[in-house]
Amino acid sequence: MTNVLVCVKRVPDVTGEVVLTGDGMRIDGRYAGYTTSPHEEAAVALAVQATEGSDGTVTVLSVGSPDSIEQIRAGIAVGATDGILVEADADTLGPADVAEAVAEVVRTREAAGSTYDLVLLGNDAADTGDFQVGVRLAYLLDRPVVAGIQQVELDGARAILRGEGPEGTEVYDVELPAVVTVLEGGVAPRYPNITGRMRAKKAAVDTVAWSGTAAGSGRQGLSVPEPPPTQVTVLGEGAAAVPALVDVLRELRVVPE
Amino acid sequence: VSVVVLVESEEGRASLVSREALTFARSLGAGELHAVVVGAASEALLDDCRAAGVAVVHEAGDPALERYAAAAWAAVVEAAGRAARADLVVAPGTGRGNEVLAHVAARRRLQLAANVVRVESLSPLVVQRQVVGGAALEQAEVTSRVRLMTMAGHAVEPSPAAEPGEARVSPLSVPIDPKDLRAQVARVEVREQGDTSGLASAPVVVGAGRGAGGPEGFADVDALAARLGGAVGVSRVVTSLGWRPHHEQVGQTGSRIAPEVYIACGISGSIQHWAGCASSRTIIAVNTDPDAPMVTKADYAVIGDMHEVLPAVLAELG
Repeated sequence: MTNVLVCVKRVPDVTGEVVLTGDGMRIDGRYAGYTTSPHEEAAVALAVQATEGSDGTVTVLSVGSPDSIEQIRAGIAVGATDGILVEADADTLGPADVAEAVAEVVRTREAAGSTYDLVLLGNDAADTGDFQVGVRLAYLLDRPVVAGIQQVELDGARAILRGEGPEGTEVYDVELPAVVTVLEGGVAPRYPNITGRMRAKKAAVDTVAWSGTAAGSGRQGLSVPEPPPTQVTVLGEGAAAVPALVDVLRELRVVPE
Repeated sequence: VSVVVLVESEEGRASLVSREALTFARSLGAGELHAVVVGAASEALLDDCRAAGVAVVHEAGDPALERYAAAAWAAVVEAAGRAARADLVVAPGTGRGNEVLAHVAARRRLQLAANVVRVESLSPLVVQRQVVGGAALEQAEVTSRVRLMTMAGHAVEPSPAAEPGEARVSPLSVPIDPKDLRAQVARVEVREQGDTSGLASAPVVVGAGRGAGGPEGFADVDALAARLGGAVGVSRVVTSLGWRPHHEQVGQTGSRIAPEVYIACGISGSIQHWAGCASSRTIIAVNTDPDAPMVTKADYAVIGDMHEVLPAVLAELG
Protein backbone atom coordinates (compact mmCIF):
# COMPACT_ATOMS: atom_id res chain seq x y z
CA MET A 1 0.00 0.00 0.00
CA THR A 2 1.42 3.31 -1.07
CA ASN A 3 0.38 6.53 0.59
CA VAL A 4 0.85 9.65 -1.46
CA LEU A 5 0.86 13.18 -0.07
CA VAL A 6 0.17 15.92 -2.61
CA CYS A 7 0.91 19.52 -1.68
CA VAL A 8 -1.23 22.13 -3.40
CA LYS A 9 -1.18 25.91 -3.25
CA ARG A 10 -4.11 28.28 -3.48
CA VAL A 11 -3.10 31.02 -5.90
CA PRO A 12 -4.85 34.01 -7.45
CA ASP A 13 -6.31 33.23 -10.88
CA VAL A 14 -4.41 35.56 -13.17
CA THR A 15 -5.54 34.31 -16.57
CA GLY A 16 -6.79 37.79 -17.42
CA GLU A 17 -4.83 40.45 -15.60
CA VAL A 18 -2.55 40.75 -12.58
CA VAL A 19 -3.95 43.16 -9.99
CA LEU A 20 -1.83 44.13 -6.97
CA THR A 21 -3.03 45.14 -3.51
CA GLY A 22 -2.71 48.82 -2.60
CA ASP A 23 0.61 48.31 -0.78
CA GLY A 24 2.07 46.46 -3.76
CA MET A 25 3.02 43.48 -1.60
CA ARG A 26 0.47 40.91 -2.78
CA ILE A 27 -1.49 39.86 -5.81
CA ASP A 28 -5.12 40.76 -5.32
CA GLY A 29 -7.30 37.80 -6.21
CA ARG A 30 -10.56 39.21 -4.88
CA TYR A 31 -12.06 39.91 -8.29
CA ALA A 32 -10.64 37.18 -10.49
CA GLY A 33 -10.83 34.50 -7.80
CA TYR A 34 -8.46 31.75 -6.74
CA THR A 35 -7.44 28.43 -8.16
CA THR A 36 -4.99 25.57 -7.58
CA SER A 37 -1.53 26.16 -9.02
CA PRO A 38 -1.60 24.27 -12.38
CA HIS A 39 1.38 21.98 -11.79
CA GLU A 40 -0.20 20.90 -8.50
CA GLU A 41 -3.50 20.17 -10.17
CA ALA A 42 -1.49 17.81 -12.40
CA ALA A 43 0.20 16.35 -9.29
CA VAL A 44 -3.20 15.46 -7.81
CA ALA A 45 -4.24 13.81 -11.08
CA LEU A 46 -0.98 11.82 -11.18
CA ALA A 47 -1.37 10.68 -7.58
CA VAL A 48 -4.95 9.53 -8.15
CA GLN A 49 -3.96 7.75 -11.36
CA ALA A 50 -0.95 6.05 -9.76
CA THR A 51 -2.95 4.67 -6.83
CA GLU A 52 -6.13 3.76 -8.73
CA GLY A 53 -7.10 0.12 -8.31
CA SER A 54 -4.78 -0.30 -5.31
CA ASP A 55 -5.41 0.21 -1.62
CA GLY A 56 -3.09 3.22 -1.63
CA THR A 57 -4.29 6.60 -0.39
CA VAL A 58 -3.91 10.16 -1.60
CA THR A 59 -3.83 12.97 0.94
CA VAL A 60 -4.01 16.57 -0.24
CA LEU A 61 -2.17 19.11 1.89
CA SER A 62 -2.13 22.87 1.64
CA VAL A 63 -0.21 25.46 3.63
CA GLY A 64 -2.25 28.63 3.67
CA SER A 65 -5.31 30.51 4.86
CA PRO A 66 -8.50 28.68 5.92
CA ASP A 67 -9.79 29.41 2.38
CA SER A 68 -7.23 26.93 1.04
CA ILE A 69 -9.65 24.21 2.12
CA GLU A 70 -11.38 24.91 -1.21
CA GLN A 71 -8.27 23.66 -3.05
CA ILE A 72 -8.01 20.62 -0.75
CA ARG A 73 -11.64 19.70 -1.35
CA ALA A 74 -11.16 20.17 -5.10
CA GLY A 75 -8.45 17.51 -4.90
CA ILE A 76 -10.69 15.15 -2.95
CA ALA A 77 -13.48 15.73 -5.49
CA VAL A 78 -11.28 14.28 -8.24
CA GLY A 79 -10.30 11.21 -6.27
CA ALA A 80 -8.02 12.04 -3.33
CA THR A 81 -8.81 10.33 -0.02
CA ASP A 82 -8.49 13.06 2.59
CA GLY A 83 -6.85 16.37 3.37
CA ILE A 84 -4.67 18.36 5.73
CA LEU A 85 -4.67 22.14 6.09
CA VAL A 86 -1.64 23.74 7.68
CA GLU A 87 -2.98 27.12 8.66
CA ALA A 88 -0.56 29.95 8.01
CA ASP A 89 -0.43 33.28 6.21
CA ALA A 90 1.19 31.99 3.04
CA ASP A 91 2.26 35.50 2.01
CA THR A 92 4.59 35.81 5.00
CA LEU A 93 6.29 32.46 4.30
CA GLY A 94 9.31 31.91 2.11
CA PRO A 95 10.06 28.64 0.28
CA ALA A 96 12.19 27.30 3.16
CA ASP A 97 9.31 27.95 5.58
CA VAL A 98 6.79 26.09 3.42
CA ALA A 99 9.19 23.14 3.14
CA GLU A 100 9.55 23.16 6.97
CA ALA A 101 5.78 23.23 7.44
CA VAL A 102 5.27 20.23 5.14
CA ALA A 103 8.19 18.33 6.67
CA GLU A 104 6.69 18.81 10.10
CA VAL A 105 3.44 17.18 9.00
CA VAL A 106 5.26 14.25 7.37
CA ARG A 107 7.34 13.67 10.51
CA THR A 108 4.38 13.97 12.86
CA ARG A 109 2.34 11.49 10.84
CA GLU A 110 5.28 9.15 10.64
CA ALA A 111 5.70 9.24 14.42
CA ALA A 112 2.01 8.33 14.61
CA GLY A 113 2.57 5.32 12.36
CA SER A 114 1.55 6.50 8.88
CA THR A 115 4.20 7.03 6.22
CA TYR A 116 3.82 9.09 3.09
CA ASP A 117 5.89 7.00 0.71
CA LEU A 118 5.68 9.59 -2.02
CA VAL A 119 5.29 13.34 -1.64
CA LEU A 120 4.27 15.24 -4.77
CA LEU A 121 4.47 19.01 -5.17
CA GLY A 122 4.28 21.38 -8.11
CA ASN A 123 7.61 22.15 -9.75
CA ASP A 124 6.99 25.85 -9.08
CA ALA A 125 4.05 27.81 -7.74
CA ALA A 126 2.06 29.83 -10.28
CA ASP A 127 2.35 32.98 -8.18
CA THR A 128 5.73 33.05 -6.38
CA GLY A 129 7.69 30.85 -8.81
CA ASP A 130 10.47 29.96 -6.36
CA PHE A 131 11.30 26.54 -7.91
CA GLN A 132 12.65 25.08 -4.66
CA VAL A 133 10.07 23.99 -2.06
CA GLY A 134 10.11 20.32 -3.12
CA VAL A 135 13.89 20.11 -3.17
CA ARG A 136 14.19 21.74 0.25
CA LEU A 137 11.55 19.35 1.64
CA ALA A 138 13.50 16.35 0.33
CA TYR A 139 16.64 17.44 2.16
CA LEU A 140 14.69 18.04 5.38
CA LEU A 141 13.34 14.48 5.12
CA ASP A 142 16.59 12.98 3.76
CA ARG A 143 14.83 11.56 0.71
CA PRO A 144 15.76 11.46 -2.97
CA VAL A 145 14.00 14.10 -5.09
CA VAL A 146 13.31 14.47 -8.80
CA ALA A 147 11.99 17.71 -10.29
CA GLY A 148 9.92 18.37 -13.39
CA ILE A 149 8.16 15.00 -13.60
CA GLN A 150 5.12 14.41 -15.82
CA GLN A 151 4.38 10.71 -15.35
CA VAL A 152 4.43 8.56 -12.23
CA GLU A 153 4.13 4.79 -12.00
CA LEU A 154 4.26 2.97 -8.69
CA ASP A 155 5.98 -0.39 -8.62
CA GLY A 156 6.03 -1.75 -5.10
CA ALA A 157 8.73 0.04 -3.17
CA ARG A 158 9.86 1.98 -6.26
CA ALA A 159 8.55 4.76 -8.46
CA ILE A 160 9.18 5.01 -12.20
CA LEU A 161 9.18 8.69 -13.12
CA ARG A 162 9.25 10.38 -16.52
CA GLY A 163 9.98 13.99 -17.41
CA GLU A 164 11.21 15.93 -20.43
CA GLY A 165 14.96 16.54 -20.58
CA PRO A 166 17.04 18.35 -23.17
CA GLU A 167 17.49 15.20 -25.28
CA GLY A 168 14.23 13.37 -24.78
CA THR A 169 12.13 11.81 -22.05
CA GLU A 170 14.24 11.12 -18.98
CA VAL A 171 13.28 8.07 -16.96
CA TYR A 172 14.06 7.75 -13.25
CA ASP A 173 13.66 4.63 -11.17
CA VAL A 174 13.67 5.79 -7.56
CA GLU A 175 13.36 3.94 -4.31
CA LEU A 176 10.55 5.08 -2.00
CA PRO A 177 10.14 7.09 0.12
CA ALA A 178 10.82 9.96 -2.26
CA VAL A 179 9.81 13.50 -3.16
CA VAL A 180 8.78 14.43 -6.70
CA THR A 181 7.92 17.80 -8.20
CA VAL A 182 5.48 17.80 -11.09
CA LEU A 183 5.11 19.75 -14.31
CA GLU A 184 1.68 19.74 -15.90
CA GLY A 185 1.22 18.19 -19.30
CA GLY A 186 1.80 14.47 -18.76
CA VAL A 187 -1.61 13.59 -17.40
CA ALA A 188 -5.13 14.44 -18.50
CA PRO A 189 -6.86 16.92 -16.18
CA ARG A 190 -9.53 15.36 -13.95
CA TYR A 191 -12.94 16.92 -13.53
CA PRO A 192 -15.13 16.21 -10.52
CA ASN A 193 -18.41 14.32 -10.93
CA ILE A 194 -21.38 14.52 -8.57
CA THR A 195 -20.17 11.62 -6.41
CA GLY A 196 -16.76 13.23 -6.13
CA ARG A 197 -18.25 16.55 -5.09
CA MET A 198 -20.43 14.86 -2.47
CA ARG A 199 -17.46 12.95 -1.10
CA ALA A 200 -15.34 16.10 -1.00
CA LYS A 201 -17.98 17.83 1.11
CA LYS A 202 -17.95 15.07 3.69
CA ALA A 203 -14.29 14.04 3.63
CA ALA A 204 -12.18 14.63 6.71
CA VAL A 205 -9.78 17.56 6.52
CA ASP A 206 -7.45 17.90 9.47
CA THR A 207 -6.42 21.40 10.40
CA VAL A 208 -3.12 21.99 12.11
CA ALA A 209 -1.44 25.27 12.98
CA TRP A 210 2.12 25.88 11.91
CA SER A 211 4.27 26.63 14.91
CA GLY A 212 7.51 27.58 13.18
CA THR A 213 9.14 30.98 12.90
CA ALA A 214 9.00 32.27 9.35
CA ALA A 215 12.26 33.21 7.66
CA GLY A 216 10.17 34.96 4.99
CA SER A 217 10.74 35.40 1.29
CA GLY A 218 12.75 38.62 1.24
CA ARG A 219 10.01 40.26 -0.79
CA GLN A 220 10.20 44.05 -0.82
CA GLY A 221 7.44 44.64 -3.31
CA LEU A 222 5.73 43.60 -6.51
CA SER A 223 5.28 45.46 -9.74
CA VAL A 224 3.49 44.80 -12.98
CA PRO A 225 5.48 45.91 -16.00
CA GLU A 226 3.56 48.43 -18.12
CA PRO A 227 2.42 46.83 -21.35
CA PRO A 228 4.03 48.67 -24.23
CA PRO A 229 1.57 50.73 -26.30
CA THR A 230 0.29 48.83 -29.29
CA GLN A 231 2.49 49.26 -32.35
CA VAL A 232 0.85 46.63 -34.47
CA THR A 233 0.89 47.02 -38.23
CA VAL A 234 -2.23 45.38 -39.58
CA LEU A 235 -1.31 43.89 -42.93
CA GLY A 236 -4.89 43.36 -43.99
CA GLU A 237 -7.68 40.82 -43.87
CA GLY A 238 -7.74 37.18 -44.86
CA ALA A 239 -5.89 35.77 -47.84
CA ALA A 240 -5.67 39.25 -49.40
CA ALA A 241 -3.07 40.17 -46.75
CA VAL A 242 -0.84 37.21 -47.55
CA PRO A 243 1.46 38.85 -50.13
CA ALA A 244 2.23 41.60 -47.58
CA LEU A 245 2.81 38.96 -44.90
CA VAL A 246 5.22 37.04 -47.10
CA ASP A 247 7.05 40.30 -47.89
CA VAL A 248 7.53 40.81 -44.14
CA LEU A 249 8.89 37.26 -43.75
CA ARG A 250 11.34 37.85 -46.61
CA GLU A 251 12.45 41.19 -45.15
CA LEU A 252 13.08 39.44 -41.82
CA ARG A 253 15.18 36.90 -43.75
CA VAL A 254 13.47 33.85 -42.36
CA VAL A 255 12.46 32.32 -45.70
CA PRO A 256 15.05 29.76 -46.80
CA GLU A 257 15.59 30.07 -50.54
CA VAL B 1 36.20 37.34 -5.21
CA SER B 2 34.68 35.64 -8.19
CA VAL B 3 31.37 34.66 -9.72
CA VAL B 4 30.68 31.08 -10.76
CA VAL B 5 28.23 30.39 -13.57
CA LEU B 6 26.81 26.93 -14.27
CA VAL B 7 27.16 26.39 -18.02
CA GLU B 8 24.99 23.78 -19.73
CA SER B 9 26.05 22.39 -23.05
CA GLU B 10 23.70 22.08 -26.01
CA GLU B 11 24.76 20.56 -29.30
CA GLY B 12 28.39 20.82 -28.27
CA ARG B 13 28.45 24.50 -27.30
CA ALA B 14 27.31 26.58 -24.36
CA SER B 15 23.50 26.73 -24.44
CA LEU B 16 21.88 30.04 -25.33
CA VAL B 17 20.53 30.63 -21.81
CA SER B 18 23.97 29.75 -20.37
CA ARG B 19 25.58 32.38 -22.62
CA GLU B 20 22.95 34.84 -21.46
CA ALA B 21 23.78 33.97 -17.84
CA LEU B 22 27.50 34.50 -18.52
CA THR B 23 26.80 37.91 -20.08
CA PHE B 24 24.61 38.86 -17.16
CA ALA B 25 27.08 37.66 -14.51
CA ARG B 26 29.92 39.53 -16.21
CA SER B 27 27.89 42.74 -16.33
CA LEU B 28 27.57 42.68 -12.53
CA GLY B 29 31.29 43.38 -12.20
CA ALA B 30 31.28 41.32 -9.04
CA GLY B 31 34.67 39.67 -9.62
CA GLU B 32 36.49 37.25 -11.86
CA LEU B 33 34.16 35.21 -14.06
CA HIS B 34 34.35 31.42 -13.64
CA ALA B 35 32.31 28.72 -15.34
CA VAL B 36 31.50 25.22 -14.13
CA VAL B 37 30.62 22.42 -16.55
CA VAL B 38 29.64 18.83 -15.91
CA GLY B 39 31.24 16.47 -18.42
CA ALA B 40 34.08 17.25 -20.80
CA ALA B 41 34.06 20.85 -22.06
CA SER B 42 34.14 20.82 -25.87
CA GLU B 43 36.34 23.24 -27.81
CA ALA B 44 33.23 25.12 -29.01
CA LEU B 45 32.01 25.49 -25.43
CA LEU B 46 35.41 26.79 -24.36
CA ASP B 47 35.29 29.27 -27.27
CA ASP B 48 31.93 30.50 -25.99
CA CYS B 49 33.45 30.87 -22.51
CA ARG B 50 36.46 32.75 -23.86
CA ALA B 51 34.24 35.13 -25.81
CA ALA B 52 32.14 35.72 -22.68
CA GLY B 53 35.24 36.67 -20.70
CA VAL B 54 35.53 33.54 -18.53
CA ALA B 55 38.88 33.23 -16.75
CA VAL B 56 38.60 29.65 -15.49
CA VAL B 57 36.40 26.73 -16.55
CA HIS B 58 35.95 24.18 -13.75
CA GLU B 59 35.39 20.86 -15.45
CA ALA B 60 33.93 17.88 -13.60
CA GLY B 61 34.57 14.85 -15.79
CA ASP B 62 33.71 12.05 -13.34
CA PRO B 63 32.05 9.21 -15.32
CA ALA B 64 29.57 8.81 -12.44
CA LEU B 65 28.09 12.11 -13.63
CA GLU B 66 27.41 11.02 -17.20
CA ARG B 67 23.76 10.46 -16.45
CA TYR B 68 22.11 13.54 -14.95
CA ALA B 69 21.60 13.61 -11.19
CA ALA B 70 20.68 17.02 -9.79
CA ALA B 71 22.16 16.38 -6.33
CA ALA B 72 25.50 15.29 -7.79
CA TRP B 73 25.55 18.32 -10.07
CA ALA B 74 24.91 20.44 -6.98
CA ALA B 75 27.95 18.85 -5.32
CA VAL B 76 29.97 19.88 -8.39
CA VAL B 77 28.68 23.46 -8.24
CA GLU B 78 29.55 23.62 -4.53
CA ALA B 79 33.06 22.35 -5.25
CA ALA B 80 33.53 24.90 -8.04
CA GLY B 81 32.30 27.63 -5.71
CA ARG B 82 34.91 26.62 -3.14
CA ALA B 83 37.68 26.36 -5.73
CA ALA B 84 36.82 29.81 -7.09
CA ARG B 85 36.21 31.34 -3.66
CA ALA B 86 32.94 32.58 -5.07
CA ASP B 87 30.25 34.25 -3.04
CA LEU B 88 27.92 34.58 -6.01
CA VAL B 89 26.69 31.61 -8.05
CA VAL B 90 24.54 32.04 -11.14
CA ALA B 91 22.76 29.39 -13.21
CA PRO B 92 20.59 29.62 -16.30
CA GLY B 93 16.88 29.68 -15.43
CA THR B 94 16.26 26.37 -17.18
CA GLY B 95 14.75 23.23 -15.69
CA ARG B 96 18.22 22.01 -14.76
CA GLY B 97 19.62 25.35 -13.68
CA ASN B 98 16.74 25.97 -11.29
CA GLU B 99 16.81 22.38 -10.02
CA VAL B 100 20.56 22.25 -9.37
CA LEU B 101 20.69 25.60 -7.55
CA ALA B 102 17.66 24.58 -5.47
CA HIS B 103 19.76 21.59 -4.35
CA VAL B 104 22.72 23.83 -3.53
CA ALA B 105 20.41 26.12 -1.57
CA ALA B 106 18.91 23.23 0.39
CA ARG B 107 22.30 21.61 1.10
CA ARG B 108 23.93 24.80 2.29
CA ARG B 109 20.81 26.38 3.81
CA LEU B 110 21.11 29.40 1.54
CA GLN B 111 18.49 31.53 -0.12
CA LEU B 112 17.93 31.19 -3.85
CA ALA B 113 16.42 33.86 -6.07
CA ALA B 114 14.97 32.17 -9.15
CA ASN B 115 14.46 33.79 -12.54
CA VAL B 116 16.17 37.08 -11.88
CA VAL B 117 15.94 39.71 -14.61
CA ARG B 118 17.87 42.54 -12.96
CA VAL B 119 20.17 43.20 -10.02
CA GLU B 120 19.34 46.42 -8.17
CA SER B 121 22.23 46.20 -5.71
CA LEU B 122 24.99 43.67 -5.06
CA SER B 123 25.44 44.07 -1.35
CA PRO B 124 22.97 43.65 0.05
CA LEU B 125 21.80 41.66 -2.94
CA VAL B 126 18.51 43.07 -4.15
CA VAL B 127 17.04 41.61 -7.31
CA GLN B 128 14.06 41.93 -9.57
CA ARG B 129 12.76 38.47 -10.40
CA GLN B 130 9.95 37.10 -12.48
CA VAL B 131 6.89 35.88 -10.64
CA VAL B 132 3.47 34.85 -11.99
CA GLY B 133 5.28 33.46 -15.02
CA GLY B 134 6.77 36.82 -15.88
CA ALA B 135 3.49 38.75 -15.67
CA ALA B 136 4.82 40.51 -12.55
CA LEU B 137 8.19 41.27 -10.99
CA GLU B 138 9.16 40.82 -7.37
CA GLN B 139 11.84 42.93 -5.76
CA ALA B 140 13.52 40.68 -3.22
CA GLU B 141 16.50 40.84 -0.92
CA VAL B 142 18.89 37.91 -0.55
CA THR B 143 20.69 38.05 2.78
CA SER B 144 22.69 34.81 2.63
CA ARG B 145 26.45 35.31 2.62
CA VAL B 146 26.78 33.16 -0.49
CA ARG B 147 24.24 34.46 -2.97
CA LEU B 148 22.50 32.09 -5.38
CA MET B 149 20.43 33.11 -8.36
CA THR B 150 19.13 31.79 -11.63
CA MET B 151 18.72 34.09 -14.61
CA ALA B 152 15.39 34.24 -16.36
CA GLY B 153 15.82 33.04 -19.92
CA HIS B 154 16.12 35.80 -22.53
CA ALA B 155 16.26 38.68 -20.04
CA VAL B 156 19.56 39.75 -21.62
CA GLU B 157 21.17 39.05 -24.98
CA PRO B 158 24.47 37.20 -24.96
CA SER B 159 27.33 39.49 -25.94
CA PRO B 160 31.10 39.09 -26.09
CA ALA B 161 33.30 40.63 -23.41
CA ALA B 162 35.48 43.64 -24.31
CA GLU B 163 38.47 41.45 -23.45
CA PRO B 164 38.12 37.73 -24.12
CA GLY B 165 38.90 35.50 -21.15
CA GLU B 166 41.51 32.78 -20.92
CA ALA B 167 38.95 30.04 -20.15
CA ARG B 168 41.69 27.95 -18.58
CA VAL B 169 40.40 24.43 -17.89
CA SER B 170 40.73 23.43 -14.26
CA PRO B 171 39.80 19.78 -13.64
CA LEU B 172 37.49 19.45 -10.68
CA SER B 173 37.67 16.22 -8.78
CA VAL B 174 34.54 15.85 -6.70
CA PRO B 175 33.94 12.83 -4.50
CA ILE B 176 30.35 11.84 -5.28
CA ASP B 177 28.35 10.63 -2.29
CA PRO B 178 26.22 7.60 -3.35
CA LYS B 179 23.31 9.41 -1.68
CA ASP B 180 23.56 12.06 -4.38
CA LEU B 181 22.93 9.41 -7.01
CA ARG B 182 19.71 8.10 -5.45
CA ALA B 183 17.78 10.09 -8.06
CA GLN B 184 19.65 9.75 -11.33
CA VAL B 185 18.38 9.48 -14.91
CA ALA B 186 18.22 5.73 -15.63
CA ARG B 187 17.73 6.17 -19.38
CA VAL B 188 16.63 8.69 -21.97
CA GLU B 189 13.86 7.86 -24.42
CA VAL B 190 14.72 9.89 -27.48
CA ARG B 191 11.71 11.66 -28.95
CA GLU B 192 10.54 10.22 -32.23
CA GLN B 193 8.31 12.26 -34.48
CA GLY B 194 7.54 15.94 -34.12
CA ASP B 195 10.73 16.51 -32.17
CA THR B 196 10.57 20.07 -30.95
CA SER B 197 13.32 19.80 -28.38
CA GLY B 198 14.78 22.82 -30.20
CA LEU B 199 11.67 24.93 -29.53
CA ALA B 200 13.46 27.16 -27.03
CA SER B 201 16.22 27.97 -29.52
CA ALA B 202 14.35 27.74 -32.86
CA PRO B 203 14.86 30.77 -35.14
CA VAL B 204 11.23 30.63 -36.28
CA VAL B 205 8.26 29.33 -34.32
CA VAL B 206 4.83 28.83 -35.86
CA GLY B 207 2.29 28.77 -33.05
CA ALA B 208 -1.31 27.67 -32.97
CA GLY B 209 -4.08 27.89 -30.41
CA ARG B 210 -7.76 27.14 -30.08
CA GLY B 211 -8.24 28.57 -33.58
CA ALA B 212 -6.73 25.38 -34.99
CA GLY B 213 -10.13 23.85 -34.26
CA GLY B 214 -8.95 20.34 -33.44
CA PRO B 215 -6.07 17.91 -33.66
CA GLU B 216 -6.53 17.73 -37.45
CA GLY B 217 -6.17 21.53 -37.76
CA PHE B 218 -2.36 21.61 -37.59
CA ALA B 219 -1.38 20.37 -41.05
CA ASP B 220 -0.68 23.88 -42.39
CA VAL B 221 1.02 24.87 -39.14
CA ASP B 222 3.38 21.89 -39.43
CA ALA B 223 3.92 22.62 -43.12
CA LEU B 224 4.76 26.29 -42.55
CA ALA B 225 7.16 25.44 -39.70
CA ALA B 226 8.88 22.92 -41.98
CA ARG B 227 9.00 25.40 -44.88
CA LEU B 228 10.64 28.05 -42.66
CA GLY B 229 12.95 25.59 -40.93
CA GLY B 230 11.30 26.30 -37.60
CA ALA B 231 9.42 24.58 -34.81
CA VAL B 232 5.76 24.33 -33.83
CA GLY B 233 4.62 25.89 -30.56
CA VAL B 234 1.12 25.70 -29.12
CA SER B 235 -0.94 27.36 -26.42
CA ARG B 236 -1.96 25.70 -23.16
CA VAL B 237 -5.52 25.03 -24.26
CA VAL B 238 -4.19 22.96 -27.17
CA THR B 239 -2.23 20.63 -24.90
CA SER B 240 -4.99 20.55 -22.26
CA LEU B 241 -7.42 19.37 -24.94
CA GLY B 242 -4.89 16.74 -25.97
CA TRP B 243 -4.56 18.09 -29.54
CA ARG B 244 -0.77 18.28 -29.34
CA PRO B 245 1.90 17.01 -26.89
CA HIS B 246 2.91 19.13 -23.92
CA HIS B 247 6.52 19.53 -25.03
CA GLU B 248 5.25 21.86 -27.76
CA GLN B 249 3.58 24.21 -25.29
CA VAL B 250 4.76 27.80 -25.16
CA GLY B 251 4.00 29.75 -22.00
CA GLN B 252 4.36 29.95 -18.25
CA THR B 253 3.98 26.19 -17.81
CA GLY B 254 5.69 25.33 -21.10
CA SER B 255 8.71 26.56 -23.06
CA ARG B 256 10.04 30.10 -23.14
CA ILE B 257 10.91 30.97 -26.72
CA ALA B 258 12.99 33.76 -28.26
CA PRO B 259 12.90 33.26 -32.03
CA GLU B 260 13.58 35.84 -34.71
CA VAL B 261 9.95 35.49 -35.75
CA TYR B 262 6.97 34.06 -33.92
CA ILE B 263 3.88 33.52 -36.06
CA ALA B 264 0.96 33.06 -33.65
CA CYS B 265 -2.11 31.64 -35.36
CA GLY B 266 -5.48 31.49 -33.66
CA ILE B 267 -3.95 32.28 -30.25
CA SER B 268 -5.77 34.89 -28.16
CA GLY B 269 -2.66 35.67 -26.10
CA SER B 270 -3.33 35.05 -22.40
CA ILE B 271 -0.81 36.32 -19.84
CA GLN B 272 0.42 32.75 -19.47
CA HIS B 273 1.12 32.44 -23.17
CA TRP B 274 2.64 35.90 -23.42
CA ALA B 275 5.06 34.97 -20.61
CA GLY B 276 6.53 32.35 -22.90
CA CYS B 277 6.72 34.29 -26.16
CA ALA B 278 7.37 37.92 -25.17
CA SER B 279 11.08 37.62 -25.98
CA SER B 280 10.42 36.90 -29.66
CA ARG B 281 12.10 39.52 -31.81
CA THR B 282 9.15 39.95 -34.17
CA ILE B 283 5.64 38.70 -33.53
CA ILE B 284 3.11 38.18 -36.31
CA ALA B 285 -0.44 37.38 -35.23
CA VAL B 286 -3.06 35.72 -37.40
CA ASN B 287 -6.42 35.99 -35.71
CA THR B 288 -10.08 36.56 -36.54
CA ASP B 289 -10.42 38.95 -33.58
CA PRO B 290 -8.71 42.32 -34.12
CA ASP B 291 -8.94 43.04 -30.37
CA ALA B 292 -7.26 39.82 -29.18
CA PRO B 293 -4.26 40.63 -26.91
CA MET B 294 -2.02 38.63 -29.26
CA VAL B 295 -2.98 41.02 -32.08
CA THR B 296 -2.64 44.26 -30.13
CA LYS B 297 0.73 43.18 -28.70
CA ALA B 298 2.08 41.91 -32.02
CA ASP B 299 4.33 43.75 -34.47
CA TYR B 300 2.28 42.64 -37.48
CA ALA B 301 -1.17 41.16 -37.77
CA VAL B 302 -3.39 39.58 -40.36
CA ILE B 303 -7.05 39.64 -39.41
CA GLY B 304 -8.53 36.40 -40.62
CA ASP B 305 -9.00 32.69 -40.18
CA MET B 306 -5.71 30.77 -39.97
CA HIS B 307 -7.25 28.02 -42.11
CA GLU B 308 -7.68 30.55 -44.90
CA VAL B 309 -4.44 32.49 -44.36
CA LEU B 310 -1.91 29.66 -43.89
CA PRO B 311 -2.67 27.75 -47.12
CA ALA B 312 -2.32 31.06 -48.98
CA VAL B 313 1.03 31.72 -47.28
CA LEU B 314 2.28 28.25 -48.24
CA ALA B 315 1.13 28.78 -51.83
CA GLU B 316 2.79 32.20 -51.98
CA LEU B 317 6.07 30.82 -50.60
CA GLY B 318 5.98 27.98 -53.11
